Amino acid sequence: MRFVPLAVAAALLGSALTACTAGKEAGPSLGAQPKPSGSASQALPAATIELWHGFSTDAEVKAFEDAIAGFNKKFPQITVKATKGVQDDQITQAIRGGNAPDVAASFTTDNVAQWCRSGAFQDLTPVIEQDGIDVSVLPAVARSYTAFEGKQCTLPLLADAYGLYYNKALMKGEQPPKTLGELTELAKKLTVRDANGDIKVAGFIPSVQYYENSPSHLGPMVGAKWYNDDGTSAIGSDPAWKQLLTWQKELVDWFGYAKLDKFRKSLGDEWSAEHPFYHGKVAMILDGEWRNAMIANDAKGLDYGTAPLPVADDKPDLYGSGFTAGTVIGVPKGAKHPQHAWELIKYLTTDTTSLVTLSNALRNVPTTKASMESPDLAKDDNFKTFLDIFAHPKTTTLPATVNSVFNQEVMSQFMTKWEKGSVTDLDAGLKDVDKQINDKLKLSGG
Amino acid sequence: MTSLPAAPPRWRRGEGLRALAWLSPWIAGVSIFFIYPLISTVYFSFHRYDMYTLEFIGLDNYRYLFQDARVAASARNTLWLVAFMVPATVLFSLALAQLVIRLKAGVSLLRTIFYLPSLVPMTAGTITFVFLLNPATGPVNHLLSLIGIRGPDWFGDPAWSKPSLTLLGLWGCGQLMVIFMAALLDVPRHLYEAAAIDGAGPWRQFRSVTLPTIAPVLMFALVTNVIYALQYFSQAMIASRVAQGSTDSPGSSFSPGYPDESLLTLPQWLFQVGFRDYSMGYACVLALLLFGTSMIFTLILLRQFRRAEEAS
Repeated sequence: MRFVPLAVAAALLGSALTACTAGKEAGPSLGAQPKPSGSASQALPAATIELWHGFSTDAEVKAFEDAIAGFNKKFPQITVKATKGVQDDQITQAIRGGNAPDVAASFTTDNVAQWCRSGAFQDLTPVIEQDGIDVSVLPAVARSYTAFEGKQCTLPLLADAYGLYYNKALMKGEQPPKTLGELTELAKKLTVRDANGDIKVAGFIPSVQYYENSPSHLGPMVGAKWYNDDGTSAIGSDPAWKQLLTWQKELVDWFGYAKLDKFRKSLGDEWSAEHPFYHGKVAMILDGEWRNAMIANDAKGLDYGTAPLPVADDKPDLYGSGFTAGTVIGVPKGAKHPQHAWELIKYLTTDTTSLVTLSNALRNVPTTKASMESPDLAKDDNFKTFLDIFAHPKTTTLPATVNSVFNQEVMSQFMTKWEKGSVTDLDAGLKDVDKQINDKLKLSGG
Repeated sequence: MTSLPAAPPRWRRGEGLRALAWLSPWIAGVSIFFIYPLISTVYFSFHRYDMYTLEFIGLDNYRYLFQDARVAASARNTLWLVAFMVPATVLFSLALAQLVIRLKAGVSLLRTIFYLPSLVPMTAGTITFVFLLNPATGPVNHLLSLIGIRGPDWFGDPAWSKPSLTLLGLWGCGQLMVIFMAALLDVPRHLYEAAAIDGAGPWRQFRSVTLPTIAPVLMFALVTNVIYALQYFSQAMIASRVAQGSTDSPGSSFSPGYPDESLLTLPQWLFQVGFRDYSMGYACVLALLLFGTSMIFTLILLRQFRRAEEAS
């Protein structure tokens, strides 16, 4: 009996050591295994692969399953086990813990740089070249947010493009604005106030705190640049940001910050049927192409139109462009069946039928030129606006960088202070944004 | 001439091993869940670590601590909570407990009413509170307007956001109230009778009889609430997000600590740095800062606690 506690202690220590070293075994890397290419890929051995994605609603999950069903027709020996509603944090933790899925999809491009640089997602370049895939079928902007430092570690699954939605009844026959000057004029004209000066209907809400009005979505209206070629912040030196903020502040001041803030806080949830655009409380909004599907579900009778975002008065050539980002998909380090995973990714990101199926169901922008031109793609006028924005040569994205989340937060926070009137010196404030971003960049290793 | 110490008897050596063996689960627990993480935190604080790659960078993370504007802001907010929210919560709970034990009727009902909010899930409670205090649609400002008071923008105005969180803390102080009730009911009645005979009024009785008797409980409440305030995270994060109306959609970003970083606490910033930016090395520096601050506060309060115990 005297050995019992010693045995327990030894077992505890043993299990602790095991726990400390668990999950360190890496899976085979992509391209390392001998692989039959082209049509012979169907000769891959039978396997079950894990796919993690962020889609969560029933309609989204069904659309995704339909696309996977198409893959299964091509590769009946591969079973895809899909897990829905997965966020980036979970993907990172799983890779770190050695339990990575074979395929992971992310709704945001914010972590692509980190995943590429660290090797958390495998570089797809060798297999792209091996299979002779021409990545120029993807618009340059989509290539830029899926790669970092020469590593194509993800591919675009579907894209989001941002434009202007307008309520036709509230527009009173006016055409959607093409310049910021026209937007200001129309926003003032369409705004309705009560006797106390409280806003009842806003022509346009210029607050950066309103739903989709983030710096990254607003920046393309003036052609604002986030980074210099060396990766340092360009915000303080690019006059476009000052132009955007000056325009925005003038319109906020016209509303009165307190009045605008009170109105903003009285509005319904962005993701519910209570969205103020559906109820005629806002005449024009900046939003993504997916709003079309939501309007179809939640506000069937709404008479609305879509247009590209208005642009700076002195940069008319930007009209038609906008902001884009989207869902990315790749093979994490430690995937057990990387070759099978690649076949699934290749199918989902380049097969026209699959992309059209997903786009028609989810109302997101398909990413290849062939899928955008497919006759099977459902294109009404309101959705076509976003296809054109996505394909526009001047459409931009937030370039991949290791501190993407931090940088957006710093700028967003600054713009919030600015519109409230807490910033007295705009130039100094923007320089301070530069400093914060550059200090963090230095800490992150450049 | 000194003699060599005798070797410990054989049975005593066996006893020592046995004691060590019985203690081993505790030793393993402390080693795995405290000592190992602490050493790791110090180790990682000298590295650039994004959860995938590790690179030694010396004191760079510590230098960045002085460049990071949000550390000062978050530390100020956390200290504000320690300085104002903790005393307010403790005093309010004590006052409620005094009130409830003195009532002749309806004690059970009131006790239940005051205790119930502490059973509400914290996330739901915080969201509801922010909606109730919404300046445009919330009933609180509407009621205030009926009596001619223009209600503030509770969670939208940096001057009001922390007091609003304190109100939320007071609303959910039921557990502390119950602890104080037990302590107050434990004060021997004859002490009050003796004090009354000596001519002591209610305030004097409270100062000279109640306070010394419940001092250990009071110190316990202070210590636990200070530690709680130093770790304050969820309510501030949720209130901030709901008040801002922020979402996590691609391309959108959330400014932690809205409004104007007034609700940014040190643990929140640590989480943001570590699990949103994946700057784990720097997050470890923040963790050590928080650990050091907590230790200092705890040691000061424990010293006071011992004094209070000796005095009582």
